Amino acid sequence: MTLRAFLTNRRAMAGAGILVFFALLAGLAPLIAPYSPTNINFPPMLGPSAAHLLGTTANGQDVLSQLIWGSRDTLIVGLVTATLISGIQLIVGIFGGYVGGWIDEVLSMLTNIFLVMPGLPLMIIVAAYVTVKGTVPIIFVITVTGWAWGARVLRSQTLTLRSQAFVEAAQLSGESRWRIVLTHIVPNMAGILVANFFGAALYAVLSEAGLEFLGLGNVNTVTWGTMLYWAENDEALLMGLWQWMVLPGVCIALLGTAFGLLNFAVDEVVNPRLRRT
Amino acid sequence: MSLLLEIAGLTVGYGAGPTAVLAVQDVDLAVHTGEVVGIAGESGCGKSTLALAATGLLDPPGRVLQGGVRYAGQDLLRLPPAALRHVRLRQIAMVFQASMNVLNPVLRIRDQFLDAMQAHGITSRREAVERTQAVFELVKVPARFLDAYPHQLSGGMRQRTVIALSLVLEPRLIFMDEPTTALDVVVQRAILQSVNDLRVQRDFAVVFITHDLSLLIEIADRIAIMYAGYLVEEASGPELYQQPLHPYTQALMQAFPPLGAVRSRLQGIPGQPPDLRQLPPGCPFAARCGKVRQGTCDTVRPAMTIVTPGHRVACHLYPVSTEGGKQA
Amino acid sequence: MRYLTRRVLVLLLTGWAALTINFVLPRLMPGNPAEVMLARFQGRLSPRALAALTVEFGVHTHQSLLAQYVAYWGHMLTGNFGLSLTYYPASVAQMVAQAFPWTLGLVGISTLIAFILGTGIGIAAAWRHGSRLDGVLLPVSLLLNSMPYFWFALLMLYLFGFVLGWFPVGGGLNLAHQAGGWAGLGAIISHAILPAATITITAAGGWVLTMRNNMVAILGEDFVKFARAKGLPDRVVEFRYAARNAILPNFTGFAMAIGFVVGGALLTEIVFSYPGLGYLLYEAVLNLDYPLMQAIFLFISLAVLVANFLADLAYILLDPRVRAVGRS
Ligand SMILES: Nc1ncnc2c1ncn2[C@@H]1O[C@H](COP(=O)(O)OP(=O)(O)OP(=O)(O)O)[C@@H](O)[C@H]1O
Ligand SMILES: [Mg+2]
Repeated sequence: MTLRAFLTNRRAMAGAGILVFFALLAGLAPLIAPYSPTNINFPPMLGPSAAHLLGTTANGQDVLSQLIWGSRDTLIVGLVTATLISGIQLIVGIFGGYVGGWIDEVLSMLTNIFLVMPGLPLMIIVAAYVTVKGTVPIIFVITVTGWAWGARVLRSQTLTLRSQAFVEAAQLSGESRWRIVLTHIVPNMAGILVANFFGAALYAVLSEAGLEFLGLGNVNTVTWGTMLYWAENDEALLMGLWQWMVLPGVCIALLGTAFGLLNFAVDEVVNPRLRRT
Repeated sequence: MSLLLEIAGLTVGYGAGPTAVLAVQDVDLAVHTGEVVGIAGESGCGKSTLALAATGLLDPPGRVLQGGVRYAGQDLLRLPPAALRHVRLRQIAMVFQASMNVLNPVLRIRDQFLDAMQAHGITSRREAVERTQAVFELVKVPARFLDAYPHQLSGGMRQRTVIALSLVLEPRLIFMDEPTTALDVVVQRAILQSVNDLRVQRDFAVVFITHDLSLLIEIADRIAIMYAGYLVEEASGPELYQQPLHPYTQALMQAFPPLGAVRSRLQGIPGQPPDLRQLPPGCPFAARCGKVRQGTCDTVRPAMTIVTPGHRVACHLYPVSTEGGKQA
Repeated sequence: MRYLTRRVLVLLLTGWAALTINFVLPRLMPGNPAEVMLARFQGRLSPRALAALTVEFGVHTHQSLLAQYVAYWGHMLTGNFGLSLTYYPASVAQMVAQAFPWTLGLVGISTLIAFILGTGIGIAAAWRHGSRLDGVLLPVSLLLNSMPYFWFALLMLYLFGFVLGWFPVGGGLNLAHQAGGWAGLGAIISHAILPAATITITAAGGWVLTMRNNMVAILGEDFVKFARAKGLPDRVVEFRYAARNAILPNFTGFAMAIGFVVGGALLTEIVFSYPGLGYLLYEAVLNLDYPLMQAIFLFISLAVLVANFLADLAYILLDPRVRAVGRS
């Protein structure tokens, strides 16, 4: 029923379509990409041509190959970060909300603090202190700053569920806490969890782009964010190399939109109050 | 008594396609000036849907599929929005079933009354406040609660406030959808009594919806019984009390014996109402009926029959009259 | 007021956490980043400044952590944020004080406009939900919400600055030192319009989405239906009954939204070389100027904290139910 509602939801399908497209791009990069993304032996600053469909960068790299390979890192960061964030949200939100007492007090205070702390500035200073640059620190930084909102949503949902008859019945029948959480609470929040997952992925992709644009990632890896970093440093737009600057941003925005659409659609399917007529 | 509201062949569905629910089917019902019409039936039989559709308040996915509603000679469902707005509250008021949540949580009660009156042209604040206080007295809520927010009122007080609001512009017709469910019996009686006094005084009509048939028998001039979206019987109060014809009406009487009668065994009606998405052919009540006649009841849908003037029923036990189904 | 007490507590704790992060990070990070920084600036700073830095970042010190922490707090409370390495010999406090009003003006105003605009569009979309307008607005808002701020800023700068030449493309940094008067104000505004428009457009998308969803949910509430049943004009139902309630969750969700917007605004400043905290932060990052970075982080955090606190206060004023919890 829910699955069908999801499969017939136009927004969900549009989001899934874009996501699958980028996933294929990332997965088949070695087969599709015409050149190696790090090959710098082409004439620099070429416009689009048959040999280089999207031209070359100021450093003599093939833009199309970079775009295709760049989807890999961006997708990985988005999905891995979203998984980590969802995990933290699950533990902090559901566990705190379910167990209650001082554990919940502490966890929800922690949530509130992280919620109010502005994410990007925090990311920037943490990333600036991290001496090893690369994907792993970026995932770490985004995860640490990005979990709070979802945890809060999950917690309040848990509180609602906890007081519902079927959960109380399970408690009375002596089921263990963990069993109740796993068999009664988590399944009932699957929808919210999935929606949050896509929300977190959107947040991660945008944050990654921002950090890399500032040069806080490893600028020698090829991602859409670092492409923008180099394009900006080499003044791509002023050189007339618009495709170098525009396309990575378009890809980020499209991937972000895909995550946003999925987040929205799942929300719509599981929350009858939002359902369209 | 003249005709005030006329519902004709009204059919209402929720949703579309194979999962569509037909909540009201081909219902005819007339309300005259100054009378009390009761509608009774089990939970889910379409009472609220009928009331909402008849006042043009149905929200999607609900849709009027067939039929119409005439009020004072106008086709209510095709009235332009601006005109319909002026009919609401001033001409036809509605007390919702879910009175708990019908007040705006962020506005004081007083402002919600003033909003309503301003919308209908009462611009003098003094007049508006006076009217409000008068109806508050009627429903026995202390006037100091005018300054309260809805969450500061008890459930019963909220219900009474909503009743007061429905009375404040002295409409000609009020739909009351289980208006007193959150009240205890004593308060319930008192309020119904004062509404009734006012009705006699000002001559407005009431459509009263409940599943408590015994209550209707006391207060209603005419009673309509609904089952699975169909209107299955209609008669005057006393007539229905003395001579319920439809087996379902009889079962309802058993379930809610009139006050004063021996409440020996308060029993529900055995079985479940049918799935409105997929009504069986024949009489919708056939599966639960003690007097079911195989071969007829389960294959042919019974038409409305006038048994005696003012008393009609849709049941195969009573042969079809020549005048057809519609009431004169 | 329990709600307020809790919010104040969160405010204080978060302020403490922001300060403590600044203390802990340089001491915690592997690879000793502070030492790396000091090595880079060896010889470029006066020995006294260098000595102060070693103390501040806990490099080569014999003091216990606790003593360092206490001293650190002493410095923070007296506004002693140290010297900027990039702008040596200017102090960090000077640099931040110079840039802060610029950011406050730009981000404050554009966030406010984005909020009003986005909320208004969200209300309109929800009111017509299911319509073509709603159908188009939704993906557009999602797209706006998914664009990297700085990238959009670059495109805007290129298009309106370089190609069309409508706005200045740089030189904003000199604004801070220019003469005042009307000419000065004009220059400030012409430099601010493009970044402000960028922030407004990208931030509005997020508000459209949240407001639209809140509002769609509220439109299904009984009190909105009842407002229609009262015959209130559409405008009144839309704003005084539906939107007035739908906006409330935005105040509780404000924290996340504003953090997101501020982050994006900082990047936008960098692209436009706008003389605010964002650009300063960028310079600090490029030059590994940790003292400056820390102070900027601190000030942004405090500003966001205060903004949040104001949102909390507004929420208390707008929702009588929260007020009531406080009173009891
Ligand atoms: N919004 C809706 N969407 C789909 N089905 C609905 C909706 N509202 C009501 N229904 C269905 O329509 C049927 C009639 O509902 P209605 O509320 O009119 O019953 P009722 O007679 O007023 O019941 P009660 O006595 O419990 O108030 C029910 O089967 C119900 O499930
Ligand atoms: Mg009902």
